[in-house]
Amino acid sequence: MNATIKILLVQMKAFITKEFYHVFRDRKSLLLLFGLPIAQILLFGFALTNEIKNTKIAVYDQAGDRASKRLIQRVEASKYFEVAAMLHNPAEIEGHFKSGQARLVLVIPAQFEADLARQQEPTLQIITDGSDPNTANTITNYLNNIIQDFQTDQKGNLQVRPEVRIVPVMRMLYNPQLKGAPNFVPGVMSLVLLLICVMMTSISIVREKELGTMEVLLVSPFEPILVILSKAIPYLVLSLVNLTLILVLSVVLLEMPINGSLLLLFGISTIYIITSLSLGLLISSVTDSQQAAMLLSLMGMMLPTMLFTGFMFPIENMPIPLQVISHVVPARYYYVIVKAIMIKGLGLSAIWKETAILVGMTIFLLVVSWRKFKIRLE
Amino acid sequence: MTNTISIRANGLTKKFGTFVATDHITFEVYAGEIFGFLGANGAGKTTAMRMLCGLLEPTSGEASVAGYDVYREAESIKKNIGYMSQKFSLYEDLTIQENIRFFGGIYGLSYEGIRQKGNQLLADLGLQSKAKALVGDLPLGWKQKLAFSVAVLHDPKIVFLDEPTGGVDPVTRRQFWDLIYQAAARGVTIFVTTHYMDEAEYCDRVSVMVDGRMDALDSPQNLKEQFGVNSIEEVFYRLARGAQRAD
Ligand SMILES: Nc1ncnc2c1ncn2[C@@H]1O[C@H](COP(=O)(O)OP(=O)(O)O)[C@@H](O)[C@H]1O
Ligand SMILES: [Mg+2]
Repeated sequence: MNATIKILLVQMKAFITKEFYHVFRDRKSLLLLFGLPIAQILLFGFALTNEIKNTKIAVYDQAGDRASKRLIQRVEASKYFEVAAMLHNPAEIEGHFKSGQARLVLVIPAQFEADLARQQEPTLQIITDGSDPNTANTITNYLNNIIQDFQTDQKGNLQVRPEVRIVPVMRMLYNPQLKGAPNFVPGVMSLVLLLICVMMTSISIVREKELGTMEVLLVSPFEPILVILSKAIPYLVLSLVNLTLILVLSVVLLEMPINGSLLLLFGISTIYIITSLSLGLLISSVTDSQQAAMLLSLMGMMLPTMLFTGFMFPIENMPIPLQVISHVVPARYYYVIVKAIMIKGLGLSAIWKETAILVGMTIFLLVVSWRKFKIRLE
Repeated sequence: MTNTISIRANGLTKKFGTFVATDHITFEVYAGEIFGFLGANGAGKTTAMRMLCGLLEPTSGEASVAGYDVYREAESIKKNIGYMSQKFSLYEDLTIQENIRFFGGIYGLSYEGIRQKGNQLLADLGLQSKAKALVGDLPLGWKQKLAFSVAVLHDPKIVFLDEPTGGVDPVTRRQFWDLIYQAAARGVTIFVTTHYMDEAEYCDRVSVMVDGRMDALDSPQNLKEQFGVNSIEEVFYRLARGAQRAD
């Protein structure tokens, strides 16, 4: 028994080492493995800075006097903001956030000009959506600067020293556009991990079929289940490295918080990676060429993941049939879990349902893909 | 060569749908023998070999390899055979040494075994100085010799070679056959397919496959006498004249 295990370990080590050679000697694999997450994160970083230009805001001008108009003009003149709507009662505020028409609401108090003239320190309210705190902070700061400038100008006009008090209010509001790092990073994680695992496993197996080495492996005394296991382990390890890379980039570049347990995050990510690996295995058993495996991975995985995870398009707004389909997409559950752990800092007790579904899917896919894996050739 | 039977096939048949790739072939291969499997492209050689190696389930008929049944004991068969596939069997993006370590590993050798046999292999082929060269950079003839040596690294009882010398010149083919003779001298049973007629002359016995059937089986000498011709090539053309498959 001991000797058998010893042989098994030698066999597996030989196999895993070989897989790493394949990956590190192939420029395309390396590019996929490390280029994809970096590109995604950078692309997003770029999109984020772009977004701060021309941020849509709504103004609830209770004063409607000359000073308030000057302030609004000034805000509008800046390249950062675009006044998309003028509100007429406070009840409209919520609606504008919800519909995505505004990412910030500036509330100007009644008697703004008069208060300024009398040095009454009028209070400006800046309301932002706290579900995306980074963006909220950034745009609040920009608006603050504009208001400061406005004050400096007022000094010249009125020959008095008006002080405007600014009260930023961050409200946790529903963010229907689902933009911003907190939504994007978990989305990128679900997508990148899935794509990498599925593509790498399916292509590496199909490649051996194309080259003819798969036959040699199947004729060797090395058990087919161990072939699969030894194929999976390197890609699991590489995917965890990848996950770390995505997290580090997100925290450093995008100031993404990780509020919950890192251990839990990695634990559940491992389950998700195994789901993806078994999907790759499944694809490899129905294709015979690397091109086909690649296409099937891209079309079969990327599209449903982007559509049904909810990080690009809110699932709630989709037609019912699509909503139903979204329930069988593993990435959907992983996305919810990652958001819960990273942003809300929740523990397992809050996400056990999604985790259980993900585990169930993983077991199901493992069984199916194992059964489909051809021990003999057709 | 002894009279112990190493491979036995009886009415072995493989159908793909209605197409009969291998049609009721019956033969025995003795331990230590060099058994040639001759046939045009598409004759069904690879299909027959894959059934014997446990890679394909036969449609009907019986076969055993090293005493194990191909239907029920494929895993035991795998422990006793070496295999060189029709396509190239090594990893081109790995070095010679890495290939040896990999295959030694999955064939179940110990680290010590891999080291010893690997060194021996490199010495026999005169490749010590090239141990760290990528296999993809070697000339085809060298790749084939290396692939053969790796296929017998674990001292299998039987080695299956599927057109092992495809695409190389006669001189290199001759060198390859020297390796085959050395292995046969160590008692390894050699089952080799080829469509080179000159190679048939090197075998102890050859079988000729036409359209999935085994139309002749004997020593090269007996076959030539039986057909009253001077070369196996002529034997082959006599038999292949009626062939339907042009693959
Ligand atoms: N998996 C398969 N499905 C259908 N037909 C096949 C399959 N494998 C081989 N064949 C057919 O069986 C015949 C014999 O093929 P093969 O055994 O590869 O011949 P050989 O090795 O003698 O060239 C060919 O006509 C080939 O097209
Ligand atoms: Mg063939």
